[in-house]
Order: sequence, then C-alpha cells, then structure tokens
Amino acid sequence: MPEPRVVLVTGARKGIGRALAEHHLARGDTVVGLSREPSDLSASGYRHICADVCDEAGVKKAFAEIRRELGRLDVLINNAGIAAMNHALLTPMETVGRVLGTNVAGTFLLCREGAKLMQKRRSGRIVNFGSVATPLKLEGEAIYAASKAAVVTLTHVLARELADYGITVNAIAPTPVKTDLIRNVPPDKIERLIERQAIRRFGEVRDIANVIDFFTSPASDFVTGQVIYLGGIA
Amino acid sequence: MKIPTEEQVLQIVYRAMDDLNPQLPAERRLEKSPDTPLFGRAGRLDSLGLVNLIVAIEQAVEDDLGATVTLADEKAMSQRSSPFRTAGILAAYVRARIEESAGGA
Repeated sequence: MPEPRVVLVTGARKGIGRALAEHHLARGDTVVGLSREPSDLSASGYRHICADVCDEAGVKKAFAEIRRELGRLDVLINNAGIAAMNHALLTPMETVGRVLGTNVAGTFLLCREGAKLMQKRRSGRIVNFGSVATPLKLEGEAIYAASKAAVVTLTHVLARELADYGITVNAIAPTPVKTDLIRNVPPDKIERLIERQAIRRFGEVRDIANVIDFFTSPASDFVTGQVIYLGGIA
Repeated sequence: MKIPTEEQVLQIVYRAMDDLNPQLPAERRLEKSPDTPLFGRAGRLDSLGLVNLIVAIEQAVEDDLGATVTLADEKAMSQRSSPFRTAGILAAYVRARIEESAGGA
C-alpha cells in the first residue's frame, strides 16, 4: 500500500473546503484543514489548524507543524476566499484590502510555504481557485473578479517558477455553488449568471472535486499552468 | 529562546549544505568552511540553488530552535553587501535574523 497523500485544504471549516476535506478523507488521504476558526470535523486522518491565510507568522507556524507531524505535503488546495459584491462606487477600501489580502496575498503565501515543503521531495500539486466572475466580467464584483484574475496570473507564473521542483500549479474556476459565498447575491442575478453558462445549472462540489482529482493525479505531471472553468465558460 | 552562537548557526548552515549537495553537480558542491563562496561573484550556487539553500536553512532553524525566520526578505535583497556571499557571512546574517525574531516575539 502506498503511503497516504498529505492534502492541505484552506478554508476547510465550511462550504466547498469542508466538502473537499471530506472528499479527500474518503479517498484515503491524510487531510489537514486550515481556517481561522476551529472545525467540528473529526475523523481519523484529519487534523485542523487554525490560521488566517493572510497572517505570515501563523501560516509559517502551520507549515512547521505539518512538517514536524507529517513530514511532507503532496497536495495544496487553496480554496480559502472571500467575496464582496457591491457597486464599485460603494465599495469601501477596507473591503478592497480584505478581498485582495485573502484571495491574492493568502493564495500566494500558501503557495510559497507549500512549495518550500514540497520541493524537498521534488513533487507536489497546487490547485488554486479562480472564478467565472473573471471571464464573465461580472458587474458588482470588480474587486472579487480582479482578485481572481490575479490568482490566475499567479497560477501561470508559479507554474513556471515551480516546474523545476516537480510541482504543478493549476486552477479550478467554479461557477456558482450554493454556499455562504453567494448567500447575499440576489437570486435573479445568480440566475442571469447561470444563463450565460453553456450548461445551465448550479455547480456542485463533485464538479470541483473531479477537476481537482484530475489536476492532482500522478498521471497529470505534465499538466501545469492551466485553468479549468466549469459549466462551459471560457 | 536562547540565541545560538555564531558557530552553532554555522553548523545549521553546514547541515543545510548536506541537504543540498546531493542535488548539485560535483564541481559546484559546497564545502563546509566559512569562506565557501555561495552566491554572486565566484559563488557556487545559481539562483535556484540559493533558493534551495535558504529553504533548507529556514527549516533547520525551525527544527533546532523552534524559531520561524524569513531569510530572503526585502532587507536581505536590498543590502548592498549581500548576506549570501559566503557561508560565514550567511551564518552571521541568519543569527541576526534569529535574534530579531526572538526580540519581536
């Protein structure tokens, strides 16, 4: 039996992150969940670390714990993200800072520290989270869409920088999935967005997990710097 | 946290070299001497090698001293005299960063 993979999922307390943690546990992986608040998920093979993805000291401590306790990291899933849906003229700078901090700086910090841990074994898989908000240029989501555009660029550049270490970096860009992230978006707006997809339905966690399984499969070691949009958005 | 002596930090740097050497071609392997040139003119490491060495040292500092330090910060990159010139200079720099991190804790 091969050793279980060590998979780190950020934003693992609820929503897609929680479901992805459960998905990987079901696959037999050792899963580390990371979020600001504690999790009530308790399973053999699961451990939770409380840290804010924007806090460098906290994140470095979290990776030190993973290295000490588990000795390796095989897969990093940068799911943690926040949204702000507001007209640009009504968007406070505090919100701008928060969204860019979590979605861009947080993703970068996790990639940096994750890659440090992965590089020793000359292999690793990083999956970032883009969004269909970027190619659809969604009104009312200027900062969120811009932050996810930045994640796509990070993914492209890091794919090149980390290739020599055997680390692939790809991104999944989901359509709306029924989670807290879109809780405050008016239903008619979501419907209009779904109308723009080739396949008109809400995304499900299984759609996201399927793409992540592909990106992180051992056979995908020649797949890097790619962004897969769900639902037929391009 | 007790601040390590410069000799102790040098030993950490040497251990990181042990980690890195198997990945380097024979003529670029690092000798355990404070005068070993690392990066820059006459340096043995290319930028990828320097990144690997820095990561190995950060992890060794964590393991041995329980301190988390970031070695390649803007300060290091903007220092006119690079702290990555030789093993000895690097050890002194690492020790200073450990001291700073202990002071700030």
